[in-house]
Amino acid sequence: MKKFATAVIAASALCSAAGLARAGDSINITSWGGAYQDSQKKAYFEPYVAKGNKITEAEYNGEVAKIKAMVEAKSITWDVVDTDTPTVLQACAEGALEKIDWGKLGLDKSKFIGGDLTECGVPSIVYGTVFGYDTSKLKDGPTKVNDIFDLAKFPGKRGLQKSPVMNLEWALIADGVANADIYKVLATKEGQDRAFKKLDSIKANVVWWESGAQAPQILADGQVVMTSAWNGRLQSAIDKDKKTFKIVWDHQGLDWDWWTIVKGAPNLDAGYRFVSFASAPGPQGDQTKYIAYGPANKDAIPNVDPKTLPNLPTAPDNLKTAFNIDPQFWADNGDALRERFNAWLTK
Amino acid sequence: MNMSSDTIMRAADGTPLKAKLAQSLRREQLRAMALIAPLLIFILASFLLPILMMLKNAVYDPDLQDTLPRTSALLATWDGKALPEEPVFEAFAAELKAAQKERNAALIGKRLNYELPAMKSKVTVTARKLEAVQQGPWKEALTTIDPVWGDIETWATVKHASSTFTPFYLLSALDLRQTAEGAITAAPAERQIYRQIIMRTFLISTLVTVLTLLLGFPVAYFISMLPPHQANLLLVFILLPFWTSLLVRTTAWSILFQDGGVITQFLHVSGITWLLNALGLLHGEPALFKTRLATVIAMTHIQLPFTLLPIYSVMKTISPNYMRAARSLGATPVYAFIKVYLPQTLPGIAAGCLLTFILSLGYYITPALVGGPTDSMIAGFIDTSMNNEGNWGKASALGAILFTATLVLYYVYNRLVGIDKLKLG
Amino acid sequence: MPAPAYATRSERFAYWFLRAFVALVLLFLIAPILAIMPLSFNSESFFSYPMPGYSLRWYQDFLGNERWQSALRLSVLLAVLTTILATTLGTMAALGLSRSRLPGKAAIMAVLISPMVVPAIISAIAMFFFYSKVGLTGTLPGLVLAHTALATPFVVITVTATLTSFDWNLMRAGLSLGAAPFTVFRRVVFPLIMPGMISGALFAFVTSFDEVIVVIFIAGPEQRTLPRQMFSGIREQISPTITAAATTLILFSTLMLITLELLRRRAERTRLAAVQTH
Repeated sequence: MKKFATAVIAASALCSAAGLARAGDSINITSWGGAYQDSQKKAYFEPYVAKGNKITEAEYNGEVAKIKAMVEAKSITWDVVDTDTPTVLQACAEGALEKIDWGKLGLDKSKFIGGDLTECGVPSIVYGTVFGYDTSKLKDGPTKVNDIFDLAKFPGKRGLQKSPVMNLEWALIADGVANADIYKVLATKEGQDRAFKKLDSIKANVVWWESGAQAPQILADGQVVMTSAWNGRLQSAIDKDKKTFKIVWDHQGLDWDWWTIVKGAPNLDAGYRFVSFASAPGPQGDQTKYIAYGPANKDAIPNVDPKTLPNLPTAPDNLKTAFNIDPQFWADNGDALRERFNAWLTK
Repeated sequence: MNMSSDTIMRAADGTPLKAKLAQSLRREQLRAMALIAPLLIFILASFLLPILMMLKNAVYDPDLQDTLPRTSALLATWDGKALPEEPVFEAFAAELKAAQKERNAALIGKRLNYELPAMKSKVTVTARKLEAVQQGPWKEALTTIDPVWGDIETWATVKHASSTFTPFYLLSALDLRQTAEGAITAAPAERQIYRQIIMRTFLISTLVTVLTLLLGFPVAYFISMLPPHQANLLLVFILLPFWTSLLVRTTAWSILFQDGGVITQFLHVSGITWLLNALGLLHGEPALFKTRLATVIAMTHIQLPFTLLPIYSVMKTISPNYMRAARSLGATPVYAFIKVYLPQTLPGIAAGCLLTFILSLGYYITPALVGGPTDSMIAGFIDTSMNNEGNWGKASALGAILFTATLVLYYVYNRLVGIDKLKLG
Repeated sequence: MPAPAYATRSERFAYWFLRAFVALVLLFLIAPILAIMPLSFNSESFFSYPMPGYSLRWYQDFLGNERWQSALRLSVLLAVLTTILATTLGTMAALGLSRSRLPGKAAIMAVLISPMVVPAIISAIAMFFFYSKVGLTGTLPGLVLAHTALATPFVVITVTATLTSFDWNLMRAGLSLGAAPFTVFRRVVFPLIMPGMISGALFAFVTSFDEVIVVIFIAGPEQRTLPRQMFSGIREQISPTITAAATTLILFSTLMLITLELLRRRAERTRLAAVQTH
């Protein structure tokens, strides 16, 4: 009986999803560029376009300010945006995103990892922020987050994202703070001073990357001896470009990406139809063929490419020292810390 | 000839010629204005009006006034000596609840956060917890949720942040803050950055201007002495870069400056790297990409024609006879050059240098692509404030400062050189 | 430039020194532009010499990639529309301004030229605030208006320059001889200001074709112009396709330069002819 009920729900969900999927839509989708957007193109955009829809793609580097600017200026040119969790929380709290009507999507919220964290997004993938190095250039490479801050052991430049997120966390970890205390410490002025002070020690030796695609590139170019990156970007460089990179999973920061719809999006219903399509188990599983991120739809887990499984951030081996990036902390403190970080950078 | 008995000159139709002239002059002026009007109106509407709007945004701050109208009205009469009374708390709680429903609570927090650290999370948490509280007393309810609502400073901040116009952004663009009592003090050390950036902008612009003058003056002099066909040939070397898109030139520099790129190779092959290493000025290969040096070199390259061409066009008009006369009267070459030639080139130098300085102040693309974070100038920071921090007030305030500097220099240029003397190509 | 006959030995030395200095500065000006061109024919995707081989693959990518091509098409369309609008408005204004007895002429001129002097980032955020209020962000008309505002100063300047030597009596003569005003304009004024108009139009075209900052702020995802595509390319991932695009643009500006030079010579000849017939 239970099985039957599930089947009925699944079938009705499928029907409503199928009912939603209509040809002839035209939408703008903004995502993070590079290898990640390529994987989305193959798994979602191309099949969706093949159904007779039109997609205009754009890239951004996750700036919540760009979403808010459109909404505040009441000139919305984006429909669907791929965001990380701090961004969806902040933009949602500030009224810049549509509240998702799961009924309209025809999807079951409970099937999505972290689905009830916010009203404004549908989880798409789980990713990890890691760091890596090139084994052809560095034999005994770094193994710990401390090594990023150890200029004596690993001289040379290191790549870090031009953002306070993850850098402040790693600085505290390297300074001896335990995973569980990171955000408690970072919530205080003293903790922030401490993190910035730790970053000061390597500031002159950092190459700052802005877009996700830059991280593997500066590593491949030899501009840096090691760099932080999103795990899928490094894995793609290893798999597709045959780079001899090694990923260090020590203290990786876990987070999700979300499909969100900008408040007042010009193609709201078409946006819903796309998100519904892209969250289904089939395409979600497909994406793992192209990039090493875990699907957020639990139903897609059986569809994951078996070759990708050990490279996912959620693989047990990779989770040993992992911590969750605290989205609420960043949603609340992101603006202030970004401002301080930008000031710190230019000094 | 139709000269009548009176001596007034008259036109063919009999009206006095003077009146006729004035009439035709007026008509001509009207016609001229009619020709100018479309562009003038267009520029006023599509360019100057937007700039006025930006200037307004630098002091316009309606967020709290809009979201907390009752609270701010009540606080207007508050003397700030003791905690506000219950009605203020009641109004604030009601308006915060309403804001939470409208998803505006974070905006209140964001605005207060500019002045009081960590206020954003405090406001959003308070707004969330307040949803469960149905009745007062509200002073107690709020201070239980977060003791910050029991601080006089918090309410002083709410009070002065809820006026529609604020000097806050302009002050913070100069690393200043206004205390609750209205006194102006320095911003906290870790937020002090803008004066440094403004100084840096002026410093880089000065450096670029001086370099373009040092490089451009001798070249302009040399070319102005050549016969026309040779001069035209050499001018191609200046005009081609001038006509090549700024983005293309910046792209070229950003590729050439890459680590291990063409310039590093050139320095290596030419032995300069070796020499610098031997002198102890450098260790190993130079890293030029994303440095101040690369930024200044690229900017000098881009601005050189702007400084050089006005000097050249002035030099072309200087007759060589003055120098010959000075020499024949016994002046040494150096003396003749300094006393006779140089003063005549001053209008060109002023025109070229001012133009380069004005344009350098607003550089954004080149420092962003070939410079590092410590080379970003005001324009780059305006972009960061807009697109990364989402702080329109700050972006507008920095814009207002840059705009004022440009305006002053533009005025000087107009008085010194004359805008109608501006020549292109 | 030969040293004059009365030059002393130290002066001769100074002349040679000057020559060498000038040669180095001119090299500095031209070298970066020349150095980038061969790299666009590199068979591998890196940016240093010596190159392992030559290939046209980056040109194939530039010309065959839909994204680059639609960017190029949009940029050309935008630049052409801007040029038409800016040349019309700018020429009219220059004709009006050239009447010397106009009150407030200097102030009007200063306003009309101001878009050229105000830093692009200020124009960009100001236009973003305003254009989003009136619903012009993310639209082609919005971009055309913004670029027209930035481009008209160049037309005003170049056309005004050709009019400074213009003898308005010619026009009065034409009118007093009974010709219709438009005929006078077409037969007398137009041929004289045409070189100024064309070079102004070229400047307007280039201004729009190169502009990236305002586009970044007010364009939507559909309005991806060539400079915007290049700019995001350099910021994100430098692909050698950018060198192919840059080389194409350099050739384009060389053509512009040649056109302008020919125009200048023509204008000079007309002026000389005019002087001789007087």
